[in-house]
Amino acid sequence: MKRLIKECVKGITKENPTFGLILGLCPTLAVSTSVINAVGMGLAATFVLICSNTIISALRHVIPDRIRLPAYIVVVATFVTICEMLMKAYAPALNVALGIFVPLIVVNCIILARAEAFASKNPVLPSFFDGLGMGIGFTLALTLIALVRELLGTGSVAGFTLAVHAEPITMMILSPGALLTLGILIALSNMIKSAFAARKTKP
Amino acid sequence: MDVSKILAIAISMIFINNFILSKFLGLCPFLGVSKETKPAVSMGLAVIFVMTCSSIITWALYRFILLPFHIEYLRTITFILVIAAFVQLIEMVIRKYSMPLYRALGIYLPLITTNCAVLGVTILNVDNFFVAGKAIKGSFFYSSFQAFFAGVGFLLALFLMSGIRERLQLLDIPEHAKGIPIAFVIASLMSLSFMGFMGFKF
Repeated sequence: MKRLIKECVKGITKENPTFGLILGLCPTLAVSTSVINAVGMGLAATFVLICSNTIISALRHVIPDRIRLPAYIVVVATFVTICEMLMKAYAPALNVALGIFVPLIVVNCIILARAEAFASKNPVLPSFFDGLGMGIGFTLALTLIALVRELLGTGSVAGFTLAVHAEPITMMILSPGALLTLGILIALSNMIKSAFAARKTKP
Repeated sequence: MDVSKILAIAISMIFINNFILSKFLGLCPFLGVSKETKPAVSMGLAVIFVMTCSSIITWALYRFILLPFHIEYLRTITFILVIAAFVQLIEMVIRKYSMPLYRALGIYLPLITTNCAVLGVTILNVDNFFVAGKAIKGSFFYSSFQAFFAGVGFLLALFLMSGIRERLQLLDIPEHAKGIPIAFVIASLMSLSFMGFMGFKF
């Protein structure tokens, strides 16, 4: 049990897909204009990540080694299609807001990377928790970026306007703001990491 | 087919809606292979080629198989498989007939499969040039040109970025911002300048 929790937590902290591994950047930047979009995208990716990790790990002795990548892609694409259809039926507004980034979850590098690096070598249960942890880590990172951008760009959080008497910086919700925010956040996370490392080496 | 519309597509795809700088498609290769100019250009050319060919194939598949049988929801699976298979095919052909080209492009070709720009452009073609389940007039040409010019925009952004990053090695950058973070800040400034093209209207 302890190991399972560890698998889950590492996806949120040390091996966070966005700040640690720097994977899956395209959806991260494109949909982080508002907190609601970010959470929606994060949950969709988490769903696909958990399902594909579980199925791929269950099939890991059946899939021949040489054609493993096409096989993984088919599994992932199936779940993305399911996710897209569910979203169209139950959250049409979110589906429109996320646009082509819903079908593009297929080529999100996080999902294939976890399938290749983790699910193909580990049993079902740890793979499930790895998917869950990575998904939560991705969702949190996405939400953090969206929080910064939405607050600076529109002066509101998740649609609620805050009483800030300052002109919002419109650039932050446009494309340059996304790149700038992510660059600065990655630099900050590097700084925090090296601070932790320095503390550990000190007696 | 309308020449002025094709010109509009070209300007829009290269400058206004540049895939990397304003749509955020294909950022991984953008950061991965933009450290030097030469591999960046090879990668850009490979992407143009794969994008154009795979949008021709996926257009035909969508128009003649998925639409008549009403299985449009399978488009994601079909398209990604077509792209993956096509990239594999090109790799084999190039390896057989031109070893120098294979050496130049070899390691980038498999990367293209998971490049969201390629899948993105095929999905955008279907979204833009099919109305109510029917192909609009000239949609085949529009989608091939859209893919080609999206690739050109990709090459342009990659080329500019690699030039800047080569210069960057000589500068004194704060330690924690070295590598990826500073690349993002530069991309942000480039994207800001590309926003200047937004005023163009056709």
